[in-house]
Amino acid sequence: MILGVDVASLLLGGVAAGMVLFIVSVGLSITMGLMGFVNLAHGGFAMLGGYAVAHAMKAWGLGFVPALAFGFLLTAAASAVLERLLYARLYRAAELDQVLFTIGLVFVMIAALTMRFGPENQPLPLPSALQGQIDLGITRYRTYSIVLIAVGAAIALGLWLGVERTRMGAQIRAAVDNRRMAESLGIDIDRLFTLTFAFGSGMAALGGGLGAEFLGLDPQYALKYLVYFLIVVAVGGLGRVTGVFFAALLIGVLDFALKKYLPQGGTLFIYALTILLLLWRPQGLFGAKA
Amino acid sequence: MTGAHPAALALARRHRLRPGEALPWLLALGWFFAFPRHLGFGTEVLITILFAVSLDLALGYAGIVTLGHAAFFGAGAYTVGMLAKHGIWHEPLTGLALAGAVAAAVGFGSGLVLLRTRGLTLLMLTLCTMALLEEAANLAHAWTGGFDGLDSLPIAPLLGRFEFNPLIPRTQYLYALAVLFLCFAFVRTLVYSPFGQSLTGIRENAPRMHAVGAPVPRRLVVCYTLSAAIAGIAGGIWAQANAYVNLGTLGLDRAATVLIILALGGHGRLYGPFVGAVAYMALAHYLSKIYPTAWQLGLGLLLVVIALFAKNGILGIAAALGPRRRAGA
Repeated sequence: MILGVDVASLLLGGVAAGMVLFIVSVGLSITMGLMGFVNLAHGGFAMLGGYAVAHAMKAWGLGFVPALAFGFLLTAAASAVLERLLYARLYRAAELDQVLFTIGLVFVMIAALTMRFGPENQPLPLPSALQGQIDLGITRYRTYSIVLIAVGAAIALGLWLGVERTRMGAQIRAAVDNRRMAESLGIDIDRLFTLTFAFGSGMAALGGGLGAEFLGLDPQYALKYLVYFLIVVAVGGLGRVTGVFFAALLIGVLDFALKKYLPQGGTLFIYALTILLLLWRPQGLFGAKA
Repeated sequence: MTGAHPAALALARRHRLRPGEALPWLLALGWFFAFPRHLGFGTEVLITILFAVSLDLALGYAGIVTLGHAAFFGAGAYTVGMLAKHGIWHEPLTGLALAGAVAAAVGFGSGLVLLRTRGLTLLMLTLCTMALLEEAANLAHAWTGGFDGLDSLPIAPLLGRFEFNPLIPRTQYLYALAVLFLCFAFVRTLVYSPFGQSLTGIRENAPRMHAVGAPVPRRLVVCYTLSAAIAGIAGGIWAQANAYVNLGTLGLDRAATVLIILALGGHGRLYGPFVGAVAYMALAHYLSKIYPTAWQLGLGLLLVVIALFAKNGILGIAAALGPRRRAGA
């Protein structure tokens, strides 16, 4: 019975962390799959969103949920502008230029946030309804983790339905699988991409706000967790919503368990596993063969 | 030279030494006599140039886009550091050779498997390999000093005579300059050789190089190994000159910095690392201490501008403005 409780709390904590990873990374996966653009600034959008949420709550007294909506909209709008003005120029550029451009963008974001808010961690207080613990029958667990799991599952389901059942989702899938063919069928890739990019950055912002409780929120956020977001995308496969979902849960649970039982070498294990996996399947666990 | 193939003549012409190529070395020697109080900074610049030259070989010539080049710098630095700290080996020149050999082994081993991939997968794999090494160095506390690193490394005098004095780093400066010169001469010869030309061919069009029968994977692994060895030598000098090694030698910061330096100077051009390292280090040295945030903002904007408008860095701009068609390459 004790073991069961342990496993349950391990799974709940890991899945909650995995949901945040999923919400942040899903946009990155789709945009990388669509345009092959190496966007190292994606973590920066998550950070920007987190800051927007924290600021809206502190300065304007907005509630948690309206603040999250504000963060989503602001980041989506900002990223759409950046995409049209700057990213679009580099779609056919060499990988190195994309890497440099997005690293530069991350530096600008970090410096701007440090100037405006200082280098310290921004507190993001949860509403009292989400604090404390909840009785699940077999075990008591933190309410917020349960809420994260529910929200993440709802978002995953919504995205899955959106990609599988809507016209735009079909266009995205077509473009990920064969961009030229999709273009010659009259799909406006540029418009599709701007929308997807803005939506994906908005999702990252949502993840930044939702995950600030355990990931923290300081100007180094954008670089600190970038490797994790990239690992999730690479393991899940480019442009695959379901792939990212399972990869995020897998890595969330693994990371949570390893941090608990193997606090010293846990990260080492994840890196090694990622390398082995990518050597075995360069297209990721769920990606289509290139 | 009658009868020689025109292509061979053109290659030989490009290989020819130009008078301007003496300039960096004269400036470096001039710095030694003109600014005896700034030799520590000078040594740091020379080591950074060497590191950037190694990356230029892999990225600029062979087109291997890596985010994890600091893995080799760190491998070299930790080789020197651990051998010295645990009383196994103190002699600097052979220590440096060992650093290069260990880094080359890491480069060969990882290159053998990583270089089969391209694009995002390659980027991720190089990044993860470096993170793996960093994490391993962090964990193996007994040997590597963990998070604190190893300091006060006992390094024997160079050639048995010249002490590495941390306060008056004259030996370090000339030593780093000499090693940089030798490594650079090697890289210069290499990139103008048929081997180097085939690397450029692979960068420009790998399928076509396959089609003409070039052993593409083998060439890439050899190039990656050589590049790793030079990066390891750079790391080895860094550890010897500072009598110190820490996790920062293996980190993403260092890997990103050297990438930025190469992009700033111009990649795939022999002298890009020189221009980039001097420009970056001078700016970083004077600005980052006074206005760290503004420095990061400026650096970020600079990178965005380079990526969007100046794809070949400072040398690329100079070449576009100057009368000659392509400087250095």
